[in-house]
Amino acid sequence: MERRAVYRNKVLPWMLLGPQLILVLVFFYWPTSQALYWAFTLEQPWGGGNLWAGLDNFLYIFRDNRYWGTVLRSAFYAMCTTGLSMLVALTLASFVDRALKGTKIFQSVFIWPYAIAAPAAGVAFRFIFSPEAGLVGGINEIWPGIWDPSTNGIQALGMVIICHAWLGIGYNFVFFLAALQMIPRSISEAGAMDGARPLQRMFDLQLPLIAPTAFFLLIMNIISSFTDSFGLIDTMTEGGPVGQTEVMVYKIYVDGFKGLDYSGAAAQSIVLMLLVIGLTFIQFKWVERRVHYN
Amino acid sequence: MIERSPFFDAVTYAVMIIGLAMVIFPFWVVIVAASQSLHEVSRVPIALWPSDQLWVNLAEAWDRGGLGTKMTNSFIVAVGVTVGKITLAAMSAFAIVFFTFRARMVCFWLIFITLMLPLEVRIVPTYAIAANALLPFQTILDTVGITWLVQQVSGFQIALNWNLLNSYTGLILPLVATATGTFLYRQFFMTIPDELAEASKMDGASAMRFFWDVLIPLSRTNMLALATIMFVSSWNQYLWPLLITTDRANFGTAVMQLRFLIPTMNGTPDWNVTMAGALIIMLPPLLVVALMQRWFVRGLISRDK
Repeated sequence: MERRAVYRNKVLPWMLLGPQLILVLVFFYWPTSQALYWAFTLEQPWGGGNLWAGLDNFLYIFRDNRYWGTVLRSAFYAMCTTGLSMLVALTLASFVDRALKGTKIFQSVFIWPYAIAAPAAGVAFRFIFSPEAGLVGGINEIWPGIWDPSTNGIQALGMVIICHAWLGIGYNFVFFLAALQMIPRSISEAGAMDGARPLQRMFDLQLPLIAPTAFFLLIMNIISSFTDSFGLIDTMTEGGPVGQTEVMVYKIYVDGFKGLDYSGAAAQSIVLMLLVIGLTFIQFKWVERRVHYN
Repeated sequence: MIERSPFFDAVTYAVMIIGLAMVIFPFWVVIVAASQSLHEVSRVPIALWPSDQLWVNLAEAWDRGGLGTKMTNSFIVAVGVTVGKITLAAMSAFAIVFFTFRARMVCFWLIFITLMLPLEVRIVPTYAIAANALLPFQTILDTVGITWLVQQVSGFQIALNWNLLNSYTGLILPLVATATGTFLYRQFFMTIPDELAEASKMDGASAMRFFWDVLIPLSRTNMLALATIMFVSSWNQYLWPLLITTDRANFGTAVMQLRFLIPTMNGTPDWNVTMAGALIIMLPPLLVVALMQRWFVRGLISRDK
């Protein structure tokens, strides 16, 4: 906000800001405060107002082993999807950055997954991994019954993770490539003069220079693993088999909208919100100290 | 390219081709399966080459999913969100960057904190608001005693009610209410030199005139980028439409419909129709991204960094 603001007017800025502020109030601040209210109260099933419950809702979910299972699973899920997706995207971006002939075609295709809705990818991967269909399921012809994500929780989770990682490639690729392209050529040239081979330059020059972007993406990916997983899980496994692919967002949905336990779901929402806020905060702090180079 | 190294070039192509295969494989499977007959799609192992049933399957999926209505709904929502967000974003960013007024920083933070919490994270409470979007105002009136006062004076009970379930407004408004676009516009307005505003001021242009005739034309690239991002993200929304639409036949969106195209446990495993449906539904945002790539990449990056 360093610019010299040039207009002075008492009414106009409020008219300009009004619609957005009202929307933000109605659809953001109000629901968020509402979630807080629910988290600390207990709604009676057939009306009659809410009873003050203090920390009971939180204690209840924290004592629930199933909840901790979901939390651990979400952490595992976030780690795997983020790691896989970023690794693939970074590899592709590093090679695309060499800008050899014909690279443009590869570059455009690598962005495509960004455009795909999570449920659409979910449906496609469900078919790819379906034990009855003839792709991954073909392996059952050789070893009958070895692949069945509808009964094997580990396989089911693995399949959702692969799909999520695939979905993230486009977004991560765009950022990695942009960061790599911002590195001045002279640095790579100087490295080459000193005798560094292309691969060595990738590891010793380019990677450290794009560390800030990598960190930014790390946080964005973790947040997306909380938020985007819903569409995938709902179309691929519906949380099953026996809850073995249930992550935090999915459990909130199931408890809140299927189980109609608003207080429990609200308490879980608060925990998730704090997590996301914490992550965003770390990111803002980091962005302030970003490495700059021209 | 800095030096010639044919070996490393070969490695580069090899990696890129492997990457291409990985990225394209799911698309390929969708197209192939969508073009096969039920018999062909059930074969193990499946033939990874398109057959001739594409149109039949597309028509069947279109019919079964009721995609005519659903695609129209998705278009209405996506365009609504895009237009709404660009309009609001430009307006509020203009106010924040080019005006001095008290509470400017407060407004700034009020809006930008919303970047932190995506809709999925606060879905339960947002859903509650959908049943009555005017509830916050009713509560305010109740708390400060205006409801009571009016009732005492006129005998009229204020009961504000605006149900958003099963409506386009309900599908659109909550998605417009986040700050992504405002942030992008703010970043752009910050790069406008002060001299430009001062010059148009000296020429006697009002603030709004400056906004319309200088800023909006200058921000065309930004607008395209924002439009692409918004179109894609609102088309791809899943959880929110799923919750707010109980009347799925009339207000369902295309992406929601995917789940109902999946073969059921004991039904016919006609994945060819499912894949045809997925193909139809994923096509619009894919086209938008492919066509707008140049602008959208720039916008995506300046938005988040």
